[in-house]
Amino acid sequence: MKCFIDISNGETAKLSDVPQLSSNDFRKIIIDEVAQGSRLSALFGHLLPGGKVLIYAVLAQKETASLLLLSSPVDGKYPALTPDCEQAHLFEREIAEQYGVFPEGHPWLKPVRFPPAGRSVEDLFGLLPGNNQCGVMDYFKMAGEEIHEVAVGPVHAGIIEPGHFRFQCHGEIVHHLEISLGYQHRGIERALLGGPDKRSIHYAETLAGDTTVGHGLAYSRILESLSKCKVSARAQVIRGVAQELERIANHIGDLGALAGDIGFLPTMSYCGRIRGDVLNMTAVLCGNRFSRGLIRPGGVGFDIDAKCIENLLKKLETVRMESESAVDLLWTTPSVLARFEGVGQITSAVCSKLGLVGVAARACGEAMDVRQDFPYGIFRFSHIPLSTWSTGDVFARAFVRWLEVQRSIAFIREQLESLPDGDVMAPIGKLAPSRIAVSMREGWRGEICHVAITGENGKFVGYKVVDASFHNWFGLAYAMRQQQISDFPLCNKSFNLSYCGFDL
Amino acid sequence: MMDVAHYMGVPLGLCMAPLLLGIINRTKAFFAGRNGSPLFQAYYDIWKLLRKDAVYSRTTTWIFRSAPVVGLGSVMIAMILVPVAGSSLFAFTGDLIFFAYCLGLMRFATVIAALDTGSSFEGMGASREVHFSTLAEPALLLGLAALAKLSGSFSLTGMFGGLSGSDWLASGPAIALIAFAVFVVFLAENARIPVDDPNTHLELTMIHEVMILDYSGPDLGIVLYAAALKLWVLGALIVNILICAADLSGFSGLIVFAGGMFILAVLVGIVESIMARLSLLKVPQLLVGAGAMSVLALILVMRFTS
Repeated sequence: MKCFIDISNGETAKLSDVPQLSSNDFRKIIIDEVAQGSRLSALFGHLLPGGKVLIYAVLAQKETASLLLLSSPVDGKYPALTPDCEQAHLFEREIAEQYGVFPEGHPWLKPVRFPPAGRSVEDLFGLLPGNNQCGVMDYFKMAGEEIHEVAVGPVHAGIIEPGHFRFQCHGEIVHHLEISLGYQHRGIERALLGGPDKRSIHYAETLAGDTTVGHGLAYSRILESLSKCKVSARAQVIRGVAQELERIANHIGDLGALAGDIGFLPTMSYCGRIRGDVLNMTAVLCGNRFSRGLIRPGGVGFDIDAKCIENLLKKLETVRMESESAVDLLWTTPSVLARFEGVGQITSAVCSKLGLVGVAARACGEAMDVRQDFPYGIFRFSHIPLSTWSTGDVFARAFVRWLEVQRSIAFIREQLESLPDGDVMAPIGKLAPSRIAVSMREGWRGEICHVAITGENGKFVGYKVVDASFHNWFGLAYAMRQQQISDFPLCNKSFNLSYCGFDL
Repeated sequence: MMDVAHYMGVPLGLCMAPLLLGIINRTKAFFAGRNGSPLFQAYYDIWKLLRKDAVYSRTTTWIFRSAPVVGLGSVMIAMILVPVAGSSLFAFTGDLIFFAYCLGLMRFATVIAALDTGSSFEGMGASREVHFSTLAEPALLLGLAALAKLSGSFSLTGMFGGLSGSDWLASGPAIALIAFAVFVVFLAENARIPVDDPNTHLELTMIHEVMILDYSGPDLGIVLYAAALKLWVLGALIVNILICAADLSGFSGLIVFAGGMFILAVLVGIVESIMARLSLLKVPQLLVGAGAMSVLALILVMRFTS
C-alpha cells in the first residue's frame, strides 16, 4: 500500500487517491519524512459529511521538488506528532481548537486564535460557547526571586496589528517569551467554503494585507489548476514583476524600520520614502499601491504597454541607486552593526527543527526558497539566485533582505526588457470535482501554502491557508531566549511577521 | 548695563529652553531630508498640554501627582546656581554639590512616581534610570571637582567666572576632557541618543520616556518643560566650560552664551543623526568611560597646576 501520493507544486490530485492511514502510520511517516529533511508545509483538519475529521498533511520534499499528501481519519483523539516533530506544534493546536480532536501527548496544548464558538458543548479547553475571550488562557509562568513578568499588547504604541506578548524576565534578560495572537481572526478560511465566488479573490488578496500578490497568486493557482486553465507567458511575467515589487517594497520598508528601532535616522527616513516609491511603481502597474486587482485567476487584471515599461524601468533605476546609498549606511556604520550582530540568534539546527521558512530561514543558512525549490510561473524559466547568510541573527535577516532587494531589482529589469506578447487573461472554467489542490508561493515573508478541497459540485469544501508567519512566530519566541528585553522590538522587526496572516 | 545682564540668565533659560528641542529636531530633520516640525513645536505642545485635563491611574497616589512639581522646582533651583555670561543669581561655596543633588532630587521624584504607577514598563524604566545615573553622577561630580581645583573656587559661578583663555593654554587637555565627560553626562541625563531615544514609541527600549507614560495633561506639560530646563541647565555647564566667561561680560556675554547653546543643540542633533543607539548593555561602558575622563582630568589638574 502506498503511504502518500506526490504531486508537484500547483498541481491537483484526486481526493480518493490520497491514502487514508491509521493514526500510527500517519504519525510515523510524517516523523520519518521530516527527519529526512522534508518540511511540514501544512497539517489541517477537514470535516467529513458524517462528522468525522480527516487530518491532511502536506510535506514539502525539496530534493524531488514534490509535495507529499497523506491523510488520516481521527475519532476524538490521536497520538500527537509534536513530541517527535516540533514543526507540528501550532498545527496540532489549531486542529484541536477547530475540530475538538485531542492530540494525546501534546506538550503545549492551548488555543491558537480563540475563534467565536460555533459549538454547543464545552470545547477541548473547557470553555463554554461564548466564553472564550480572546487572550484569556493559561500562560506559561516562571517563579522565583527577582523574576518578573512584562506583558505587552494587544494594544501597541505604534501603528501595528494587535498581538499579546508575555515576557518572563530576570532583570533585563528574557527567559521566555509567549506570543498569544488571535485578535485579528476573521474566519477567512470558513468564508471561502462554498466558493469560489465573486468575493473569494478579495478574501485571498487581504489574507495578509501586505502580501496581496503572494496570497493572490497562491489562490489563483488553485483555481487555475482545478480548472486546467493555462496562464499566458505575458501574464506570468507581469505576475512575477508584481511579486518582486511587493518583495522590494516590504524589504526596504523593513530595513528602514530596523534602522528606526535603533534610532538610526538617515536610513529610516530614506527607506520610508523609497518604499513609497516602490509602492507607486506597483500603482503604475495596476492603479493600486498594494496590487489590489492585479492578480486574477487566469492571468492579471491589467496589461502594460511600452510607455509603462519605460516608466517602470526608469523608476526602478532611481530606486536602485537611492536604496543603495541609504541601505549601505547600515553596513558601514559601526554603531548599527553593534546593534545588529549577535542579537536574536537562531542556529540552523533550531531553524529546521522549528520549520522556519523564508527570510528567517535563509538568514540561518538554510537554502530554501519556493521560487527555486518548487518553481512556479515565470520562475520555472528565469531563476533568481538564492540569498542566504549564515549567522541567523538580526544582521543576517537584514542582510538577506538587502540581497533579495538587489536581486529582485535585477530580475524585474530583465523581465521587463523581454516581455513576451500575448493576452493577459484566460477564462477560468468550472472546477474539477472531488480533488485536492496544493499551491505554494514564495511571498516576501516566505512560503505561502494554500490547499483547496473541492466537493462533488466543484465548490470548495475545504480551504487551508498557511502564511509564512504561521511557521515563523515561534522562531521569534525562540530568538528572544536569553536576550535583552530591550532588544525585543529589534528582533521582532527583523522577523516582521503578519498578525492577520496568522489569525486568518 | 552690566546689572541688567546680570539678572538675565534665568529668564533667558526659562524662555529659551524649549527652543533647544526645536533646534535639535530641525537638525535631525535636515539630516533625514525632511522639513521637520516647527522650531517652536515644544512651546505649542506644552501650551496645549497645560490646557488639558489630567487622567490619573487608580493605582497612583499623591507621590505620582507631586513628582512633576518637585521635578520642576528642583531643576529651577539648579538653574539659579548656573552662571550665564559669568554671573548667576545666587552662589555659595560648595554649590556645585547642591547643584548635582538638585538634579538628583528631580530624578528621584521621577523614579519614585514611576514606581508608584505599579506598571512593569515603568518599573523597568526606573531601574534603568537609576542604574545609569549612578554611573553618570561620578562623572559629573569628578569633572566639576577638577574644574574647582583648576579655578580654586568651590562655587559654580566662581569656577566658570574664573575660567579664561589663558587656562586653555595652561591646561587645555584637562578642560577638553572635562567638557567631553560632561557632554556624555548631558546626553545620558537628557535621554538623548546614543543612550536613550526620545522619539521612540517602543516601550521596551525606553529609559526616560517610559517613566512618564502615565502622565497626561498639565502634568505631562510640566514634565516636558522640566526636561527642557534640565537640557538647558546641563547644556549651560558645557557652554560655560568652552566659552571662557572671564573674557566676556554683559550683553555680549549673553549673546555669546546663547550662540553657544545654539551650537550645542545643533551638535546634539548631529550626534543623533549619524549614529544608532547603543545597546543598553553598552551604556554603562560609555558612562564609566566618561567617569574615567573626569578622573584623568582631575589627575592632570592636580599634577600640573599648583
